[in-house]
Amino acid sequence: MAEHPAHRPPTDTLLPGIVGLYGLLAEYAEPDEVVAAARRAHDAGYRRLDAFAPFPIDELSHAVGKPRTRLPLITLAGGAVGALGGYGMQYWTSVFDFPLNVGGRPLHSWPAFIPITFELTILCAAIATVAGMCILNRLPTPHHPLFDVPAFARATQDRFFLCIESTDEQFDKAGTRRLLESTNPVDIYEVPSWRT
Amino acid sequence: MAAESQFQPHPAQMQPAKPRRSGSRVIRPGMTYASVTDKISSIVLTRPVDWIWLLGFAVSFLLTMMLIGAISYLLAVGVGVWGIDIPVAWGFAIINFVWWIGIGHAGTLISAILLLLRQDWRTSINRFAEAMTIFAVGCAALFPLLHLGRPSRFYWLLPYPNTLGLWPQWRSPLVWDVFAVSTYGTVSLIFFYFGLVPDLAMLRDRSTSKLGQIVYGLLALGWRGSAVHWKRYHRAYVLLAALATPLVISVHSIVGLDFAVAIVPGWHNTLFPPYFVAGAIYSGFAMVLTLTIPLRWMYGLHGFITEHHLDNMAKVMLGTGLIVAYGYAMEVFMSWYSGSEFETYMMHNRATGPYAPQFWLLVSCNVIAPQLLWFKRFRTNVPALFIMSLIVNVGMWLERYIIVVTSLHRDYLPSSWGMYSATKHDWMLYVGTIGLFVCLVFLFIRFLPMIATFEMRELLHGHSQAEEEH
Repeated sequence: MAEHPAHRPPTDTLLPGIVGLYGLLAEYAEPDEVVAAARRAHDAGYRRLDAFAPFPIDELSHAVGKPRTRLPLITLAGGAVGALGGYGMQYWTSVFDFPLNVGGRPLHSWPAFIPITFELTILCAAIATVAGMCILNRLPTPHHPLFDVPAFARATQDRFFLCIESTDEQFDKAGTRRLLESTNPVDIYEVPSWRT
Repeated sequence: MAAESQFQPHPAQMQPAKPRRSGSRVIRPGMTYASVTDKISSIVLTRPVDWIWLLGFAVSFLLTMMLIGAISYLLAVGVGVWGIDIPVAWGFAIINFVWWIGIGHAGTLISAILLLLRQDWRTSINRFAEAMTIFAVGCAALFPLLHLGRPSRFYWLLPYPNTLGLWPQWRSPLVWDVFAVSTYGTVSLIFFYFGLVPDLAMLRDRSTSKLGQIVYGLLALGWRGSAVHWKRYHRAYVLLAALATPLVISVHSIVGLDFAVAIVPGWHNTLFPPYFVAGAIYSGFAMVLTLTIPLRWMYGLHGFITEHHLDNMAKVMLGTGLIVAYGYAMEVFMSWYSGSEFETYMMHNRATGPYAPQFWLLVSCNVIAPQLLWFKRFRTNVPALFIMSLIVNVGMWLERYIIVVTSLHRDYLPSSWGMYSATKHDWMLYVGTIGLFVCLVFLFIRFLPMIATFEMRELLHGHSQAEEEH
């Protein structure tokens, strides 16, 4: 992600190694406040924004404008691979690769193939779900610019945050700060960026 | 970076957040997001090691060492050190396998099925029960592997291209078992770890030691609580629950089919799969109670695990216990109704034969004693409930003993009848797995948050919202 050159603050005011501003981060004490603030920022036209909470809040992903996820499709695809692969493996090995005549019983004895097909469907769907969640969320990401704000540690505990990134087309340090100040935050922080 | 404007701090910064009043029975009033976080994470991060933990860990660790000794001896000498013989070739290995895998079922039931049914009381116990599932499945998986006689060739059960061009026999329930148990173990582990990620991030952010920050930080995958991440996370969590629900039912059904597909009298019964599932949940809830009650006392978790939780678990135990009792009654009925003299004799032999004491002890433990759970006064009496959970654990173990031993020791041909009795080595192995299980539980409560904090916060949030609407 490239920094928006126009919004890069002069480097001489920054600590060594820090090359720009990742965004502005506002902290809230209550979940309703961050939801309201995120809605307001989204309504004001900001699109590169994200909110942070110590537990899932359904309204919050709507408020930042990302109400949908493709994850169920990934689960479905995983399940389909497991089902077809599992059944296909049993069918191919029993009918073509090593046909075994047991008292003239049918080689394609489908009822007996169901349990393993079922188990492999569940296994592949579950692995696809978790892998899909990680890939869509770009996890693992051991480091992130937000972690440089000490107060952000409470995002996993008891506080709520809204970050408007400097790459947003509308981002303007003073104007964005004014918008965030009007949403009743506990505090506002500048998030340094280490990216070049 | 500090804020630089003349910006007025929020009043919430000066005073502590207001406690959320809660009319609910699943969490004590007065809890806040911060106090939930603090209370649960302090057990892992700041609480010094106490003597109860040390003692419990030491004893269970010694038993684990005994398990390792017993396994080494078994591998060196062979399964002849067990009491198994012909006709009773299954013995303790299969009894313990079924017992342990059944115990695991409560974890998935609590975390998946009760999630889909929106039972919010599950939140206090689900993490704990999921951990219990993984440890129980680990103990269970040990037994069939050791029972193979040549455990190093376990992979012969898996489909892999080999020089003989052979494949596993897909029509055999024992092969289904391999797939069912390994899928169950994998999915339980995924579900457990997945649920832990936000809490690991919380531990990373609260840990003051460098090692804690690095280890929890690596395990937390860089979780930062983004709303977009939460959206996908929550969806994935519900999807995993929806996948785990039929899985848990299939696993013990397949274990039931291991028996039911054989033509041995007392096993060949279509009732087995559902009756095994009910029995699994019954024993699993008993084990959750056996572990929860002492832990709640040790760590003062009365605010999270209330009498209401214990009462609910006791009710599930009563309900599944009644299904199990119905299963026993149907076994008796079918042995008569089938008109098969072998089935009739099997039942007669169970009730009056050489294993009659175990059979009647099983009926007392699993059918008669749990009737006390009808009384609310009994369900809310914590020590009595603890003793009841132990009784049910013993009863469910005896159930598998009776099913395995009495059915095998006298089948169709009286000339091939025999007797079975466990050896000292059988007991060492069984008690050793209990030691391993308890040892893992002790390590778990010391290094990972035993209650899902993000779900507790979500519960608090839901309650404060519900109150505002009133």
